[in-house]
Amino acid sequence: MATETAQAGTDVPAPAPEHLTTEDRVGLLRAMLTMRGIEERAMMLYRQGKVPGSFYDGFGQEAVSAGPAWAMHGHDRLCILHRDLAAHLIRGVTPARIFAQYMGREAGITRGRDGNVHFGDRTVGCVGMVSMLPDMMLVATGLAMAFKLRGEQRAALTWFGDGSTSRGDFHEAMNWAGVQRLPVIFVLENNQYAYSTPLDQQFAVDPVERAAAYGFPGVKVDGNDVEAMFEATRQARERAIAGEGPTMIEAVTMRMHGHAAHDDMKYVPREKIEEWRRKDPIDRQVRRLEAAGVDVAALRQEVAAEIERAVEEALATPMPDGNTAADGVFADEPALLEDGTSRWSGFAAGAA
Amino acid sequence: MPTMTYLQAVSAAMREEMRADERVFLMGEDIGVFGGAFKATDGFLDEFGPARVMDTPLAESAIIGCAIGAAAEGLRPVAEMQFADFVSCGFDQLVNVAGKMYYRQGLSVNLTVRLPSGGGFSGGPFHSQNPEAWFMHSPGLKVVAPATPEDAKGLLISAIRDPNPVVYLEHKHLYRRIKGDVPEGRYATPFSARVAREGTDLVVIAHGAMVHTALEATADLDGASIEVLDLRSLVPLDEAAILASVRKCSKVVVVDEANSTCSAGAEVAALIAEKGFEDLDGPVVRVATPDVPIPFSPPLEQAVLPQVDDVREAVRELLEY
Repeated sequence: MATETAQAGTDVPAPAPEHLTTEDRVGLLRAMLTMRGIEERAMMLYRQGKVPGSFYDGFGQEAVSAGPAWAMHGHDRLCILHRDLAAHLIRGVTPARIFAQYMGREAGITRGRDGNVHFGDRTVGCVGMVSMLPDMMLVATGLAMAFKLRGEQRAALTWFGDGSTSRGDFHEAMNWAGVQRLPVIFVLENNQYAYSTPLDQQFAVDPVERAAAYGFPGVKVDGNDVEAMFEATRQARERAIAGEGPTMIEAVTMRMHGHAAHDDMKYVPREKIEEWRRKDPIDRQVRRLEAAGVDVAALRQEVAAEIERAVEEALATPMPDGNTAADGVFADEPALLEDGTSRWSGFAAGAA
Repeated sequence: MPTMTYLQAVSAAMREEMRADERVFLMGEDIGVFGGAFKATDGFLDEFGPARVMDTPLAESAIIGCAIGAAAEGLRPVAEMQFADFVSCGFDQLVNVAGKMYYRQGLSVNLTVRLPSGGGFSGGPFHSQNPEAWFMHSPGLKVVAPATPEDAKGLLISAIRDPNPVVYLEHKHLYRRIKGDVPEGRYATPFSARVAREGTDLVVIAHGAMVHTALEATADLDGASIEVLDLRSLVPLDEAAILASVRKCSKVVVVDEANSTCSAGAEVAALIAEKGFEDLDGPVVRVATPDVPIPFSPPLEQAVLPQVDDVREAVRELLEY
């Protein structure tokens, strides 16, 4: 059932996308530019000692989170992985809170309780990841189960990596979602390496081929094409809320930086990096929008200014008080997920 | 007040909460059509339907992981592990995802995981364990272990309503062996200890099935006045009640069916050493299962699990100290 909608990296001439307005397309670019800008700036802060721990980024993978997040309704739910910063931005998390999060400050999403990209803002419908991968596939499946149980037209989406397809939770989630035909979308972020382990040491069969074995479609998409990622997710969501069950989307992309800041990536052939640099997802969307007459230079300036303001804002916030470290282990009252922003113009135009 | 078995009380808690609150639903292996391996959910499928009494695949990580997702959306899942032992397959979701969720991102997880636990009937190494200490050691999880039918119902109702993940240990050896009066209606029992019998010469501290072992062992002990404290809740641990009994009795025997090292009983003993030392008139004595897998054959199993005679002997020795 796996179908190919695009070859990774082929720079197809910009089609006039049926479901995206120019405003949507600019929004997608803006999210990707903001993600890259934040991560580049945060890496500087890391090197300056202002970001403790380690630092993980999604350089070169910005389309994998931006496209799908754009296709999801504000009342849908997302379980977001560590190279998917654009999804947080699209849901409405501000850059200043993200910088504060990286720096372990009280104003960060986890208030310094967890580090780097280990966060999810429950007030915009996001659940933060844990380091055990792909645990969130099951949580997303459970969110979808709640929607089905209550008869709601909503969907859940989660990202997971190629390495995590080797773990049991991948199987348990795929199986359960298939058995119950749940409204869940599994986005496999195939970035060629799990830390240093390449795909051919991770699996004998491409995971997208396995979707059929669980009873639902698997779609392979060019993960560096943000509009293709949007479209695949839009279709998967349509299936989900129509009660047709889950979809797995394999986003073929490349991890352009090391696993984390300390990783020099010497195990990746240089030519491979060069090859993928030419397929950069932001460059591609820039070319499309420039062809459509959008002033991308102005957009870049706007994003850069926003990021600098956010850094200043975050740096001005306090570190958490050590005396509060043992507080908040247990909840006194329920604190549940709330809705985020619906970004795709199709929702305003009446799409469910 | 109706009389019920411990198992009937467990069922009553779920049935009454499900009737009153549509957010409550059940997940587990063989809980629907079959009514559960121990029949705790017998008849539930007919009354509540398959959406709320969900027969799941054989996948403990999925049961707990999906329950976490449903809880984040405002439902109140009650997940059954067919045997407490199998929670090892769902350990990661419970400990890393559920337990740390609220602390990390302020998202509460209103989840109850039922663990049919304990030995005494030749269940062998994989159907007899008492894994409560694994979860006591994991921040963010509450852990309760009722000993009586009344508490089995009230603590399960409290667990279902608690906005946090609660590990609920129901002792299999009590299911049909123990009967008692159970109040009608929906009542929530607090996560605190209970004095099962008042006494002044020595206190036996226990939870779950060992409360009954302690009561039997000390029912008539040469006229000595023996208090029995039923912990009921292990997280939170009722420090005030433990220390009050120590102050009153000055001699303490801690009985625990779990393997001895780092068990709930070990934690109680440590607490008394730290905060009750001045009130003691003898060493804290522990009776627990040695650190071996629970063997299958009856003479072997009885040799490792604390028996009435073991407790009686320990109490007698300490009284003479």
